[in-house]
Amino acid sequence: MNNKLFEYTLRIADDSLILGQRLSELCGHGPILEEDIALTNISLDLIGQATNLLEYAASIENKQRDADKLAFLRVDKEYKNSLLVEQPNGDFGSTIVRQFLFDSFRRPFFEALASSTDESLAAIAKKSLKETKYHLKHSSEWVIRLGDGTSESHQRVQKSIDVLWRYHSDLFYEDEVDLALVSENIAPSFKEIKKEFNQHVLAVLEEATLKLPDNNWEFTGGRKGMHSEHLGHLLAEMQYMQRAYPNMEW
Amino acid sequence: MSNKKEWPLWEVFIRGKQGLNHKHVGSLRASDYKMAVDNARDVYTRRSEGVSIWVVESSNLYASDPDEAASFFEPADSKIYRHPTFYDVPDDISHM
Repeated sequence: MNNKLFEYTLRIADDSLILGQRLSELCGHGPILEEDIALTNISLDLIGQATNLLEYAASIENKQRDADKLAFLRVDKEYKNSLLVEQPNGDFGSTIVRQFLFDSFRRPFFEALASSTDESLAAIAKKSLKETKYHLKHSSEWVIRLGDGTSESHQRVQKSIDVLWRYHSDLFYEDEVDLALVSENIAPSFKEIKKEFNQHVLAVLEEATLKLPDNNWEFTGGRKGMHSEHLGHLLAEMQYMQRAYPNMEW
Repeated sequence: MSNKKEWPLWEVFIRGKQGLNHKHVGSLRASDYKMAVDNARDVYTRRSEGVSIWVVESSNLYASDPDEAASFFEPADSKIYRHPTFYDVPDDISHM
């Protein structure tokens, strides 16, 4: 059971870690000063969540790997984040759509995880939920502004939805790891979460005069360590310092 | 600025904690009041500076004219009787 709990915690942690790293790339490059700070705040929230989760994962694993080692010294196949969060930032609309799909998943997920029988996961979920609610408000409002904005912003954000929607099912990927933990009431079942996800996404898209793409091409694999080519490039940058100067601290 | 259309400027007021007044902390740009409140949250309350935010579009503020400063403010300088400084404060009253 501990192996499964470790794996499960890693999946949650890596979603936060990798998306936090992606958003940090925008520090100093946001479209306007205020939004630059907003995206960096979200990035820091996510990295904070990742820290808590990786510390917990390290304690479950109990193999003298601390949170830093887990964050910086795994190879790409050992990262269990969903495919969605590793996708490149693209234009601002694409950054926002990725964030919107992720936040729409994360809010009901943390809500449900907050009543996990695992006290550590429940506590982390409770703390992260407050941040996530704000992230979702932020990304939802931007989807509406861009979708219902100018014809240029509408067309660009619709294109981002068409491209990124294919990765959303990876958020709901479920295998023996989840099922075992669901039966112990440690992990919430994705059924209700997906319902809430769909409801929120559709309501916001309608207000934004946007729609889901017609084709339902779907990618999964992130939870098993099968990633798109983008993750390796991200890791190269993220891990550079620890790889070049092992155990360095500052 | 170039002829690029810019979002309006907003003035931000933050209440540090319950019972205190909102204080002006700075300004920012936003397309409407909702975005202004969100941006104010992100820009000015990152270090737990506040529990409440007000935003006012800068164009709705009217200020005194600096050229009139002399006639506006200086007459008060010579009215020392407007300060309650002519009372003897008993020794055991502190914080006065």
